[in-house]
Amino acid sequence: MSLIRGTGLRKTFGDFVAVDGIDVEVAAGESFGFLGPNGAGKTSTMRMIGATSPVSGGQLRVFGMDPATHAPAIKARLGVVPQTDALDEELRVRENLLVYGRYFGLSREQVRARTGPLLEFAQLTEKTDAVVESLSGGMKRRLTIARALINEPSLLLLDEPTTGLDPQARHVLWDRLFRLKRDGVTLVLTTHYMDEAEQLCDRLVVMDRGRIVAEGSPRSLIAQHASREVLELRFDAADHAERVADVAGIAERVEVLADRLLLYVHDGDGALETVAARGVHPLSALVRRASLEDVFLRLTGRSLVE
Amino acid sequence: MATTSAAPSRRALPFPVALARPAALVERNLRAARHYWLTFVSGFFEPVFYLFAMGVGIGALVGSVEVDGREIPYAVFVAPAMMATSAMNGAVYDSTGNVFYKLKHSKLYRSVLSTPLRPWDIAAGEISWALLRGLIYSAAFLLVAAVAGFVPSWWALLAIPACTLIGLGFAAVGMAATTYMRSWNDMDYVQLAILPMFLFSATFYPLATYPPVLQWVVQATPLYHGVDLVRALTMGDLHAGLLVHVAYLAVFSAFGLWATTRRIGKLLLT
Repeated sequence: MSLIRGTGLRKTFGDFVAVDGIDVEVAAGESFGFLGPNGAGKTSTMRMIGATSPVSGGQLRVFGMDPATHAPAIKARLGVVPQTDALDEELRVRENLLVYGRYFGLSREQVRARTGPLLEFAQLTEKTDAVVESLSGGMKRRLTIARALINEPSLLLLDEPTTGLDPQARHVLWDRLFRLKRDGVTLVLTTHYMDEAEQLCDRLVVMDRGRIVAEGSPRSLIAQHASREVLELRFDAADHAERVADVAGIAERVEVLADRLLLYVHDGDGALETVAARGVHPLSALVRRASLEDVFLRLTGRSLVE
Repeated sequence: MATTSAAPSRRALPFPVALARPAALVERNLRAARHYWLTFVSGFFEPVFYLFAMGVGIGALVGSVEVDGREIPYAVFVAPAMMATSAMNGAVYDSTGNVFYKLKHSKLYRSVLSTPLRPWDIAAGEISWALLRGLIYSAAFLLVAAVAGFVPSWWALLAIPACTLIGLGFAAVGMAATTYMRSWNDMDYVQLAILPMFLFSATFYPLATYPPVLQWVVQATPLYHGVDLVRALTMGDLHAGLLVHVAYLAVFSAFGLWATTRRIGKLLLT
C-alpha cells in the first residue's frame, strides 16, 4: 500500500517553479529520500506532503487522502521534523512533548505515558526539566524528533535531519532513525548529504531544479550512473582542465572540478599505477568507492554541496 | 487501510472536539505563563495605578463632572474608563507583541500548523487566551474599584462580560494587524492607534466637552463604545442605546476574527 502518491506534482510561487511535475510513490515501511542541493524543491515537496502547502498542480494523496480537503486527518497521522527545529522555547523539554501531544487531541494521561519513553529514546531523560535554549544542536534535533513521534505517526517526514550537526551528533541521530525504521515507521527525508542518503534510504530520488533526475536504491543508482571506484587526483595547477590530457584513456569518464580531477574507473589502484607509469605526478591521489555525489555530478554536472 | 478511513469532515466534528483544538493552545499559553508569572501579575496593576492617580489624585482637583445632567464624583466617572481601557490594552498587548514573537521569531504557529490545528484554531486559541487573562484582570479591577467606593451599581457585574467583548474586538483586530507587521518597529503603529483612543475616547472627560464634529469622530472609534458601555453599567444607567455599543463591538470582533484566520492561512500555509 502506498502512503504517499504524487503524480505530476507541481509547486509554484508566482512565476517561480519550485517543483516541476514530479511523480513519487512511497510504500508503507519504506525509507525514502529526496536527494538534491538547496533549491531543488525538496522542502516544497515535503511541505505539500505535510499538508501545510497547497498543491499548485498535479495530484497528491497521503494515506489515500487529498491534503486540500483532509489536512487535519492527514496531519493527525504524520510526524513532521522541519528543517529548523522550531521547538517551543517558552516551555521546558518535557513540556514540549506534553503540549505538542495535546495539539493532537491526546488526553493528558496518554501524553504523560508517552513522554518518558520518548525522552529516553531521544537520550534526553536527564534534560527533562531543562530550558530548551540550553540544549546542544544535536539534542534539539532529537527533541524535535521525539516531539514528532508523540502521536505515534506511521509516517515521519524529516527535512534535512542532520544539517548543521557535527559528525558525532549525526551518527547518534542516524542510529535513532535506524531504530524507528526497524520498528516499522515509514521515513521520508530530504538531504543534500549523499552519505546520509546512502545510510538511511532504501530508495531515493535525485532532485534538481524541481525535477526528478534519477530514482532507485543508492546501490543501483551508483551502479547505473557511476563506476565502481573513483580516483581523485589533485595537481598543482590553476585550472585542472589542463591536466585532462595527462590521464586520457585511463578512465571510463573524467570529471573536472575546481580543485581536482575525478577518474571514474573499475580499479582505482590499478588506474593510479597507470598514471604513475606515465610519469604524471599529482600532488595527492585518493582512491575511493563511488558515491551518490558522483551520481549527482554525472546527472547534473554540479556538486551537491556548493 | 488508509484509503478506506475517510476522515471526518470539519463540520462533522462533535462540539467538544472542535473546541479541544483551540483549548490546546490555551493550555500551552498557560504552561508558558507559569514560567513568566511576574509579567502576568503586573498586568493587574497598571489600571489600578491609573485609577488611583486619576480618580483620587486628579479627582481631588476636579471634584465632580456632569454627565447627562447628573453630577458624579470624578473617580466614579473615570473608573469604568480605566476598566475598559485596560481590557483594550491587555488584549492588544497579548495579540500584538506576543503574537508577533510567535509568528516571526519562535515559529510557534508554523509547528502548530503541522499538527491537526487549523488557522482558525490558532486565532480562536490565542484570542481566548487573551480574553481569559483579561477576564481575571477585569474582575480584580472591578473588585478594587468597588471596595474603594467608585462603583455605585450592581449592574457593574455586567461590566465584566462587557470588558470581555471589548477584549475580543481588540485582540482579534490586533492579531489581524500583527500579521501585516514586518519588524518590531511596526509595533509603534499600534501605539499610534492605541494612545489617542486611550486619551480621547471620553475616558477622562465627557463626550460633550468636544465640539459636535469631533464628537462624531470620537464616536466612530471602538474604545468610545467600550467606555460608554462600561460606564453605563457601573453607574446602573441601563438603556436600549447600549445595544448599539454591543453591536458595534460584535461587528468589530467578527471582522477581526475573520481577518486573522484568513491572514494566518495566507502567511503560513503557502
